[in-house]
This record gives sequence, structure tokens and C-alpha cells, in this order.
Amino acid sequence: MGDERRDTDDGRDRTALTRSLGWFSLALGTAQVLAPHRVARLIGVEPTPRTETLMRAVGTQELLLGAGVLRRPPRGWLWSRVAGDISHLAMLAAAIGSDDGQRERTAKATAAVAAIGVVDLVASLRAGGDAGRAVRSVSSLTVNRAPDEVYRRWRRLEDLPGFSSHVTSVEVRDRRRSHWVATAPGGTTVEWDAEIVADVPGRRIAWRSLPGADVANEGTIRFAPAPGDRGTEVTLELRYDVPGGGAGRAIARMLGEHPEQAAEDDLRRFKQMVETGQVVRSDGSPDGTRSRRQMSQQPALPRA
Amino acid sequence: MRAVCWMGVHDVEVRDVPDPVIMNDRDAIVKVTSTAICGSDLHLYDGYIPTMEKGDILGHEFMGEVVEVGAGVSNLRVGDRVVVPFPIACGSCNACRSGLTSVCENSNPNAGIPEKLWGHPSCGIFGYSHMAGGYAGGQAEYARVPFADVGPMKVPDELPDDQVLFLTDVFPTGYMGAELCDIAPGDVIAVWGAGPVGQFAAASAFLLGAERVILIDRFEERLRIARENTAVETLHYEEVDVLDELKTLTGGRGPDACIDAVGMEAHHPSAPVEAYDKAKQLSRQETGRPHALREAILACRSGGTVSVMGVYGGVVDKFPMGAVMNRSLTIRSGQCHVHRYLEPLLQHIRAGDIDPSFIITHHLPLEDAAHGYDIFRQKQDDCLKVVLRP
Ligand SMILES: NC(=O)c1ccc[n+]([C@@H]2O[C@H](COP(=O)([O-])OP(=O)(O)OC[C@H]3O[C@@H](n4cnc5c(N)ncnc54)[C@H](O)[C@@H]3O)[C@@H](O)[C@H]2O)c1
Ligand SMILES: [Zn+2]
Ligand SMILES: [Zn+2]
Repeated sequence: MGDERRDTDDGRDRTALTRSLGWFSLALGTAQVLAPHRVARLIGVEPTPRTETLMRAVGTQELLLGAGVLRRPPRGWLWSRVAGDISHLAMLAAAIGSDDGQRERTAKATAAVAAIGVVDLVASLRAGGDAGRAVRSVSSLTVNRAPDEVYRRWRRLEDLPGFSSHVTSVEVRDRRRSHWVATAPGGTTVEWDAEIVADVPGRRIAWRSLPGADVANEGTIRFAPAPGDRGTEVTLELRYDVPGGGAGRAIARMLGEHPEQAAEDDLRRFKQMVETGQVVRSDGSPDGTRSRRQMSQQPALPRA
Repeated sequence: MRAVCWMGVHDVEVRDVPDPVIMNDRDAIVKVTSTAICGSDLHLYDGYIPTMEKGDILGHEFMGEVVEVGAGVSNLRVGDRVVVPFPIACGSCNACRSGLTSVCENSNPNAGIPEKLWGHPSCGIFGYSHMAGGYAGGQAEYARVPFADVGPMKVPDELPDDQVLFLTDVFPTGYMGAELCDIAPGDVIAVWGAGPVGQFAAASAFLLGAERVILIDRFEERLRIARENTAVETLHYEEVDVLDELKTLTGGRGPDACIDAVGMEAHHPSAPVEAYDKAKQLSRQETGRPHALREAILACRSGGTVSVMGVYGGVVDKFPMGAVMNRSLTIRSGQCHVHRYLEPLLQHIRAGDIDPSFIITHHLPLEDAAHGYDIFRQKQDDCLKVVLRP
């Protein structure tokens, strides 16, 4: 399947925020390298040979960062962006201190970089945990239906593959036990037996994998009436113990770099199923909501 | 089929592409009879909206004949003549139930992208980038319409395409711009931009009871067309100082409400200001050049409303928040919730209160789309609105 090839391309799974930061770095870096004096003047620093060299150096760093962030999304690059922002702030602060710059313009540039710095920091913090440890995610959505109905839809575990982006089958063995199969890219599958450990109709379902699972995991979904007839607040909490080795890598890939995004996608598709009876599809995203697909789109035109 | 495809900045091409197919039960396929180029399409054409892919089919203003319906669509039949609202909406989420169809919670399969950019996702839109869902657009011979049981509205045969086509976007958008002003008797409304959206905003302000409407642009022909259609007063912003003039025209109060029908590619009569914002926009330090918006905020009377219909993508610079805060202004905005205006505005057309075809300056075959984009962008040949016929 054509999808498979795309799915293995993990490096392209990245958030829009990360990506726009990457573009910002590229744009700024290009300007700094090609027109250092102009950028210097723009931020109010007197363009001397010394500042020109400095500006080119900073620009090169910015270019590398931009390319890095765009090529691979993981935290390392983002954290180096944060570090870059801090060093830029320090430089700008030095320029403000010196008298050969125009303070007002420099102050403005400092404010702009500081703002970008905050965005970088948020993106870094959001980019998720390291492989080899427990991966936890919490996501919530409001579904425009009564808690009892929303609960019943989720409780039909065998329907989960209809909206989950990675669970391919759930075989219900009895009221408590079920067998799960999920695919990872490249045709790998992971399987586990699960048992329901709490089941309060209309309120909560909790489950966990049984010993012998490829990947130990547990989850809870809570349903609470939303205020003012707004339906049901659904909160999904998942925890995977990602082991080292092949299975660990497979599960990490299955969840993508952003496990909370994958869980959010599933919840969103669940909401679509409950509210509209279908998973929404477009030419660019023919499989519907799926984070790893969002950054590797097909053109928006019908397939032959 | 033939379709208008985005191939890059300032590059559209009419190409052979596969015909659309039903992907979900609630889809329909529409054979397009008329489709228009919108000011919003120019933002894509000029490369200011991210997440476009080479080959994307453009177009969100289209109408035509239903040629196929999915099993879940019971209100439409093959042969029905329909107009299709540009936002795609499910009809059952909380947003749709409150009439806010352009923030439908279910229609955007790529909701994660706008969510990262804007904090929460927004709806899917035909032919409007992948962050708006990656849907093929309607500047084509055929289009797939998701949630066809919710969006398309049948239109009476006696009304020609030219009179009902703009129900898909610019008429409701202008109308919503005026409606958000909560017009009270005696109100003076100022509208920035005499493009299709501004034209309909001005006309709608009168429909909603405005005492006076002042329309601002620099294209005399656009201002003339507006004056011919309603009692609107016009300002040429390269010839007068807009802020001074608006004060003079309103006894120093300022307009009671101001409508931005310009958006992120505003032009500024002063070359340095224009250059400053262009540089920031090119280096992605701001995604919009908000000249009209800044001016609308400064012009508005204290306690008044600024209604923003022009499209903005991300962040803008030098936003006069102090004026908003200290003078008790209200900012209202949104992509148009077209669905809720379809019926009432069709009634206005049927009653003869307005004939929306007054904005059309060019009819072109679909094959000439590239020329259409070019003249509309450059405002050449007095181009105000291009309608393409596949
Ligand atoms: N909110 C919505 O749902 C929605 C729907 C459709 C279009 N839009 C947006 O509305 C805007 C206008 O669309 P349109 O089709 O009328 O486009 P258009 O390009 O034909 O019109 C824009 C007009 O603004 C004028 N203008 C530019 N700078 C100005 C300034 N500083 N002061 C006054 N006028 C200025 C231009 O001369 C032009 O006539 C675009 O941003 C478009 O994306 C929004
Ligand atoms: Zn439009
Ligand atoms: Zn909806």
C-alpha cells in the first residue's frame, strides 16, 4: 500500500508549530548571512565589520537550526533553537547596552525574539518524552451527545478499529477480557490481551494489558456531563511502557513522535463517528484525521 | 476532468485530473456550472497561506448540478441545482448547532495543524490549503461535496447562476460583516476595501438599516460600481487622509462601526510603511500586513465595533491594542458561517432587494483561469469579479 511507505517516513511527522519555527529560522538565517549589514541596521546595531561577522555566524547557526527542525522534529533540535534564542537575546541585550545602536529598534527586536523563544520552549516541552520510558498522554474533547450514549459507543470495544489510527482489531473474549492487535509501520504488529479493571456505565472505563503483552499499557476514559447541555466531556488517559529493543521501537513508531497527538486524533475520529456517523476524509487526507499524515499530504485532487 | 490547480506562487494551471468519487455516505458529486475567483484565493496565489501542495485544486465558490449522491444523503437528488457554501460543516457538532458552521468541529481531517497554529482547530474549506482540510476545490468540472445533506441549498430555476452564485461566499460574508456591527438607527458604517466582500458589506449595511455607509479604496472603478448600486459615499485613500476625512464626515465622532474587507495583503499609500510590513511578512515575522485593520481601529468611534472579514493567517505587527482597550472597542470576526445566511439572503434576492450579479466584471471559460487570476490580482481591466464557466 502506498500509505505504508509514507508511514515509515517518521522524520516528516511534525507539528505545524515546529515547522513554522523551522521556516522562521531559515528566513532569518538567510537574511543574516546574505545581508548582515541590513539585518544589523534593522535591529539597530551599527554595521561594523565586527558585527557583520557576528551576524553571519548567528545566521549560519539559524540556518542549521532551521534545516534541522524541518528535517527531523525531535526535541534536540527544538532545544537547540531555545538555546539559540537565548544567545540571540544575550547579543541583543549587549547591543542595547552599547551606545552605537538605536535602542528603540533593538528593544523591539529583543521583544520579538523573546516571544519566539517562548514559542520554542512550548514546542520543546510539547514534543514528548524519550523512548525507553513510560509514555503517557491525556487528551480531552467534548462530544455533543449524552454521557450514556458516548459511554456505550466506546464500550463496544470491537468498534474501536473503526476510528483508531493504529488499532486494527479488538476481539472481545468476555465481559472483561479482550485481545488487541495494532499495526506499526513496515508491517510490524504488536498484540496484547487486555482486561477491563473498572466499568462504571456513563462515567468511566479503565483497562490494562495482561502479562505477556508486547507492550504493557493501560488506559482510562472518563465521561462527564458538560455544563449547559453541551454533551459529554471525554478524557482519555493512556500509558505505554515502552521497552527497549525492537518492540519498543515499533511501538514508539506506531505512536509517532507525539503520542498525545495520536491519542487526540483517535478521540477526534471517535467524536466524528459519534456525531456524524463517519470519519471525515479529504483528498489530502483520504484516511481521515491522522497526525502523521498531516505533514505528508497528498495533493488535494481526486485519486485515479 | 479539467481543474484549476495551484502549481506554486503566481502559478495556476488548468490540468487533466481524475474525476472525484464518493468517499463517504454523506457525500455528493456536483457538476460545476459556475465558479468564481475570490480575494481569498489571491492569498493562496500569492503564497501567504502555508500548507499548499503542488497540484491542489483551487476554488471555494461554486454551484452546479448534483450528479451523484451517497447513500446517506436523502434531501438531494440527481439533477438538483445547488449552491455550495464554502465552509464544510457536519451540522451536528456544538459549533454547527449554534450556527457557527465555519468553526465546525468535525469537518477538518487535518484539524491538528490549525490547532497548533491557532490554539483550536477550524473547519474544512474547499480548495483552501491542507490546514483547511486538504479538500479539492470547485474550480473544476466536478467537485465532491462532503456533508452534502447539510451544506448545499437548492436554488430556483428562474434565478440564473450569476444571481445566486455569490451565496456561496462573498454575499453572506459581506452580510455577516455588516451584521456583526449590530447596526442601530442612525449608525454610520465605514467599510475598508471595495472588492466583492466590501461591496456586499456596504450593500448589506443598508439592508440592515445603516443611516450612512462610507466605502474606502483606491480603485475608482470599484468605488463607482458601489455608488451606482447604493447610496454609499466613497473615499479614495490615496487622495485623502482617511482618518481625518472620516472625522470630518461624522462630526468628529468616527464611524459607529468599521468593517475590514481587505485582509492580510492590504496596501499602504506610504511606500516606507508598505516596505516595512512587506519585509516583515516576507521574513515571516508577521503573516499579514494589517494596514486597513490598524486604520479601522483608530477610526472607529469610542465604544464602537470593528468587524474583521478580511482574512488573516497568523500574527500581525503594530496592532493598536491600546486604542481597542482604552476606547472600549469591540472586535468581531470570523470566516463566514455561510450556512445560516443561505435562506434569508436567497429571500432578499427573490424579493428583488439586491441583485448580487452587479459585481461581475468578467465571464471566462475555465480554461482561461490563469488569465483570470492574473487580472484579478493586478486589478487590471477594471476586474472586480471573475466567474469561470467549466
Ligand atoms: N471572512 C470570510 O469568510 C471571507 C470570505 C471571503 C473573502 N474574505 C476576505 O476578504 C478580503 C477581501 O476579499 P475580496 O474578494 O473582496 O478581495 P479583493 O482583493 O477584490 O478586495 C480587496 C480590496 O481592498 C482594497 N485595499 C487594499 N488595501 C487597502 C487599504 N489599505 N484600505 C482600503 N482598501 C484597501 C484593494 O484595493 C481591493 O479593492 C480578503 O482578505 C478575503 O480573503 C473573507
Ligand atoms: Zn471566497
Ligand atoms: Zn459541525
